[in-house]
Amino acid sequence: MAWMFPTIIKNLFSRPATRRYPFKDIREPFPGYRGKIYWDVSKCDLCGDCARVCPAEAIEVSLENRQIKYDPFKCIYCGTCMQTCLPMAISQDKYYTKPAAAKAVETISVPV
Amino acid sequence: MAVRTVIPFGPQHPVLPEPVHLKLELEDEKVVGVTPVIGYVHRGIEKAAELNSFRQNVFLCERICGICSITHALTYCQGVEALTGVEVPPRARFLRLFWSELSRAHSHLLWLGLLADALGFESLFMQIWRAREMVMDLLEMTAGHRVITSTCLVGGVRRDIDKEMAKEVDKRLVALKEVLDSTAAPALLHDPTIKRRAVGKGMLSKEQAELLGAVGPTARGSGVAIDMRQTGYAAYKEVGFEPIVETAGDSYARTLVRARETYQCIELMRKSLAMMPEGEILVRVDGYPKGETISRTEQPRGELIYYLKGNGTNNLERLKIRTPTFANIPALLVMLPGCEMADVPVITLSIDPCISCTER
Ligand code: SF4
Ligand code: SF4
Repeated sequence: MAWMFPTIIKNLFSRPATRRYPFKDIREPFPGYRGKIYWDVSKCDLCGDCARVCPAEAIEVSLENRQIKYDPFKCIYCGTCMQTCLPMAISQDKYYTKPAAAKAVETISVPV
Repeated sequence: MAVRTVIPFGPQHPVLPEPVHLKLELEDEKVVGVTPVIGYVHRGIEKAAELNSFRQNVFLCERICGICSITHALTYCQGVEALTGVEVPPRARFLRLFWSELSRAHSHLLWLGLLADALGFESLFMQIWRAREMVMDLLEMTAGHRVITSTCLVGGVRRDIDKEMAKEVDKRLVALKEVLDSTAAPALLHDPTIKRRAVGKGMLSKEQAELLGAVGPTARGSGVAIDMRQTGYAAYKEVGFEPIVETAGDSYARTLVRARETYQCIELMRKSLAMMPEGEILVRVDGYPKGETISRTEQPRGELIYYLKGNGTNNLERLKIRTPTFANIPALLVMLPGCEMADVPVITLSIDPCISCTER
């Protein structure tokens, strides 16, 4: 067991390597982490491209109601919508969705 | 005469992360026959792929396996690129190699940890998974996600690794190698307990491996030098690749193949970062897939085959996937008879079964 001893002794006196999620010690995500999607409604022209390309069907665009419905629990955070949107109305946060007790759909209204 | 009993092993078992069910026929403590039962986690992904558009399928295919998601996406993209006649830019091919090798390092470290856990070697398990966390951080840093990376697209890749990040990645890879050198490697190479549980257990001869069509580390542990990376897909041709082969054919040989491949992954990643040419990473894909093709790559567990048939529309007509575990199950049925009941978990684990892939 001689080869494990130095490691074991070192581990005895060092901080735990695990993170106590969700209480504390949560490491900042790296820059460029692909997290939650959000809209800049002033740029969106409701073309519906994002809803068409989304592999998870997490977006619904309604031109009549001038509304976008986004389901963060269906979303797989692939970033395809962001890449597709021509006016660049979609951005991706670097934080992931927090665990939640109930699933909810976000409704985003687009002003005229 | 000893009495024959049939003992079910799985689909839920403490050492098995995957739902495979083995009906073990025992004579006292000795296994004399095995019948595998699979079909617990069928998800109908092949059918779903016919209903989605061919671009959306990339993300569907990634979700076949959480561990080697990038290899699934890569294999699918290579198939579609062959059908649409798209030439992938060289820089994208190097990046694809980098992420494939990163996921291979992730997979092998995960497996080595699980093996240590199955042997009851808890401290080694924790040490190896600690090293694996370094790989996960690298995945998050370069691809943006820890598990399903969504970096591969039809026509190239989505993300680039700039010079600064490449330097940081290189530094972290060297650190990873040092951690492996000081913990995992000596224990795996010298520990008498590991040797006693693995050496000479689950024998698969070279002839049997060839006859049964074993793939990946299972075949390479028996002295068959078969590795799809030899075909030079992505950038393996430019980077240069030699398969790692052990000849003993037992569980220990398969462990050594994976441990040595982890080191090889680190070398391949560092080489690909150093040799990466400048240029674009994604090209436009016009037109729809038409005709049929077969796309083959090396997953951490062995050879992965995709068969694609397109009819010139936005949807594929047929997508068929053959995963490596499916090819390794016949080899497992040869390894088990003759062993002790207590060795079944370690031998089953030694082919690195991924049943979720197999059933899709
Ligand atoms: S977010 Fe972009 S793609 Fe989606 S509807 Fe608005 S403009 Fe179109
Ligand atoms: S990130 Fe992907 S899954 Fe999520 S809304 Fe955008 S396209 Fe859909």
